[in-house]
Amino acid sequence: MLQKILFGNLTLQAIPFHNPIIMGAALFMGVASLLIVGALFYYKKWAWLWREWLCSVDHKKIGVMYIMLAFIMMTRGFIDAMMMRIQLAVASGNAGYLPPEHYNQIFTAHGVIMIFFMAMPFMFGLINIVLPLQIGARDVAFPFLNSLSLWLSVAGASLLNISLVVGDFAATGWLAYPPLSEMAYSPGVGVDYYIWALQISGVGTLLSGINFVVTILKMRCPGMTLMKMPIFAWTALSSMILVVLSFPVLTATLALLFLDRYFGMHFFTADAGGNAMMYINMIWIWGHPEVYILILPAFGIFSEVVAAFSKKYLFGYTSMVWACAAITLLSFIVWLHHFFTMGSGANVNAFFGIATMIISIPTGVKVFNWLFTMYRGRIAFTTPMLWTMGFISTFVIGGMTGVMMAVPAIDFQVHNSLFLIAHFHNVIIGGVVFGYLAGLTYWFPKITGFSLHERLGKYAAWCWIIGFYVAFLPVYALGFMGMTRRLSHYDASTGWQPLLIIAMIGVFIIGAGFVLQVCQLIYSFKHREVLSDVTGDAWGCGRTLEWSTASPPPFYNFAVTPEVHCIDAFWKMKQQPQLAKQYEDIHMPKNTSTGVWIGVLGGIFGFAFTWHIAWLVFASFVGIIAVMIFRTLNLDTDYYLKAEEVAQLETQYAEAS
Amino acid sequence: MTDHHQHEADTRDLFGFWLYILSDCILFSVLFACYAVLYKNTYGGISVRDFTDLPYVFYETMTLLASSFTYGLAMISLQKNKLRQVIFWLMVTFLFGFAFINLEVKEFVHLYAAGHSWQGSAALSAFFTLVGAHGLHVSIGLIWMAVLMHQLSRFGATTFMKRRLTYLGIFWAFLDIIWIFVFTIVYLMGVV
Amino acid sequence: MSDVEFNGKQKTLKAYLAGFFASLALTAIAFALVQLHFMTDGLLYLSLGVLAILQLIVQSICFLGLNQSAEGRWNLLPFLFTLLVIAILAGGSMWIMYHLNQNMSAFAEMLKVTL
Repeated sequence: MLQKILFGNLTLQAIPFHNPIIMGAALFMGVASLLIVGALFYYKKWAWLWREWLCSVDHKKIGVMYIMLAFIMMTRGFIDAMMMRIQLAVASGNAGYLPPEHYNQIFTAHGVIMIFFMAMPFMFGLINIVLPLQIGARDVAFPFLNSLSLWLSVAGASLLNISLVVGDFAATGWLAYPPLSEMAYSPGVGVDYYIWALQISGVGTLLSGINFVVTILKMRCPGMTLMKMPIFAWTALSSMILVVLSFPVLTATLALLFLDRYFGMHFFTADAGGNAMMYINMIWIWGHPEVYILILPAFGIFSEVVAAFSKKYLFGYTSMVWACAAITLLSFIVWLHHFFTMGSGANVNAFFGIATMIISIPTGVKVFNWLFTMYRGRIAFTTPMLWTMGFISTFVIGGMTGVMMAVPAIDFQVHNSLFLIAHFHNVIIGGVVFGYLAGLTYWFPKITGFSLHERLGKYAAWCWIIGFYVAFLPVYALGFMGMTRRLSHYDASTGWQPLLIIAMIGVFIIGAGFVLQVCQLIYSFKHREVLSDVTGDAWGCGRTLEWSTASPPPFYNFAVTPEVHCIDAFWKMKQQPQLAKQYEDIHMPKNTSTGVWIGVLGGIFGFAFTWHIAWLVFASFVGIIAVMIFRTLNLDTDYYLKAEEVAQLETQYAEAS
Repeated sequence: MTDHHQHEADTRDLFGFWLYILSDCILFSVLFACYAVLYKNTYGGISVRDFTDLPYVFYETMTLLASSFTYGLAMISLQKNKLRQVIFWLMVTFLFGFAFINLEVKEFVHLYAAGHSWQGSAALSAFFTLVGAHGLHVSIGLIWMAVLMHQLSRFGATTFMKRRLTYLGIFWAFLDIIWIFVFTIVYLMGVV
Repeated sequence: MSDVEFNGKQKTLKAYLAGFFASLALTAIAFALVQLHFMTDGLLYLSLGVLAILQLIVQSICFLGLNQSAEGRWNLLPFLFTLLVIAILAGGSMWIMYHLNQNMSAFAEMLKVTL
């Protein structure tokens, strides 16, 4: 009885001691954590870590932490992918090594991790690092909220990682359709972990969306009108507008699922008048803008990279901006193409099918603009450029298969087959992942002060590009051959095995690429003196304002707020010597631990709710409110850096480089 | 901070808060959409038409509208830096808001006691959730109001207190706007 | 000390009084229309919708202070865009769900599931 009150539904049975795979993963996570904690003790870096990083409200540091989160989760999501590919390669006529209940959790976790805890943090990391520098600002509009968003994302990711060892994760697919995700058919804790991981990190995402919209609209440096902004800033703006408008839909829909599960309501149940189709409708109203949220910043990165390494102005800046705006608007009227087969009939399907085809046009405009930028440019064949060229071919193929499926009649044949799987991996890997990796490579020297080793980077990129084709072209074929998604094993008579084996090999090639990137990081770090960037213009062909700062930039970004008069302001600045300006006092925010505490309490709140530990739900909730109110009572949240101090720091930086 | 710098910072902050309000509008629109789709699915149980008492709802609406008005009076007093008047009007607003919540809770308790809970049907789930979500927002607003009244008496009518009260004012007005659609779509259209 | 202004203008008693009485009137009319019920259902729904939207406009201008000034426009435009998205979202959902329910009812009958 006491145990029920104290621990809710949580018991030792929740840990699957008998499952070697999970226990192996738990061991790995435990050892890795111990090593990191041990190193912090050994080098006596706890205080430094807490003060300089965890409590930081500096957008550059928050960005780095986001990217670290993304990489950790990418490892887990990638291992999930490898496990699935191995299972499918062997499970021809036999059950393979993963029982269906476990396999179902793996593909669910793979999707949730890759979208919510790899791609989104990666995106926020890059935008955080680059955007304020690009628009000549000192930080984002709400630095404290920025920190809070990070820690809420970490809390969500932690819940997901804990679910691997304590209890189960959802086995419903990454969107958790009811009625399967309802209490009647998923009585365990898996779907609850899912709901809380997404709701908690979702709050963080929404706050970030608001933060960046305000930053871009209100904090541009003097002279930088909207039409003189770097294109990356435009794509970030569009993406963040989509976040603000679409994430509340996810929050509301998951909240309704939560109400069904915890309070016996009937929004999406199979009985008492519930309508599961409404969930699918609402979740895709969020889901479609979500994929544009992910791809738009990648498009922005490619625009920056192509212009820089072709040493030309981006072709068709104005049309690029209109394409962004068009994509933003149109992404709200295509969502039904994710469930053409659910039965809304010809008229509804026709409308959304046509809208889906129309939305491919602005993307096509962008692709042509990139090609025209490269045409007659003096192209530097660097790693980011290699990623870009890999993207253009790969993404175009993926886009075309998308337009194919926009035709409802075709979609009826291939919906939920591996053709669909191949399509979205095509555009997500070829578009989002290649884009973010290009951005990371491109801006790495800016944020760390040293470049990544070029040759290793190129090898890694080639592995990813070739590996992608080897892994996913067979998957397109399998789709046409009738293989459906989310199958854990299949009959030998289908003849699918050879292609699945090839697909598995492809994933291992990508894996080699990933390993090469880790090696690249380690090698570059060891040789950072040799690879260091002394000028700030790491690639020599920077065009936008971030390259005008030192690498890494001082914590206040710009000693004097720049004033711009044209697109690619830094490119212009390089050609005309700048007059020295007067230093002024700089207004800076103070670091704070509030974000960390709210994140931790949020994670506890989600865990407690998952396991129905009532007192802990209440306590952590009250804790969050208390911390928030405490924060508002703290009036000492910022400070002024005096002009003389700025002058001193600037001299120090100049001497050091 | 210079006046211009402060003004810029305030505009930024208010704009950010406004964007949050817009995102909350989208959240409510999902609840409204679900209500519109599910309100007929009564599963043999009662519908809104059966338990709506229009004068009661009118009374609720007037309470909330009055609170919006008195909050406005509080803001006008704030502009004139009349601290005691501000706190007075905030207390009146709080009382009106509290009365609104009281009326709503009474309605919910009556329904529950009569055996019509949110578990009865999709229609009832949608009703309790939409109206309840609005009520939850109002309750949070009341807690926020109490905290601000305390902080006002402690810090006085400083710039940041004015900013915080402006946020709450926007939030409070937004809640009255949402209520327009709740009473129209749920109660009035439900009775037709 | 500078004043915190939402939408770039000061709050006036006139605006609040106007908002209060206009909202009161619009609400009273809406309730009266339902109570008296002298028009067809369809017309009544339309009237209620129009009255609600009018009250939305009244409260947005009087209580929130939305306006077309330089500063006000920053808030007005995102507001209008949000309303557009809400219209697409709500309207689209109702259109889709209506058709889904129509087409899938017979199937649901078969499975003994209520839609």
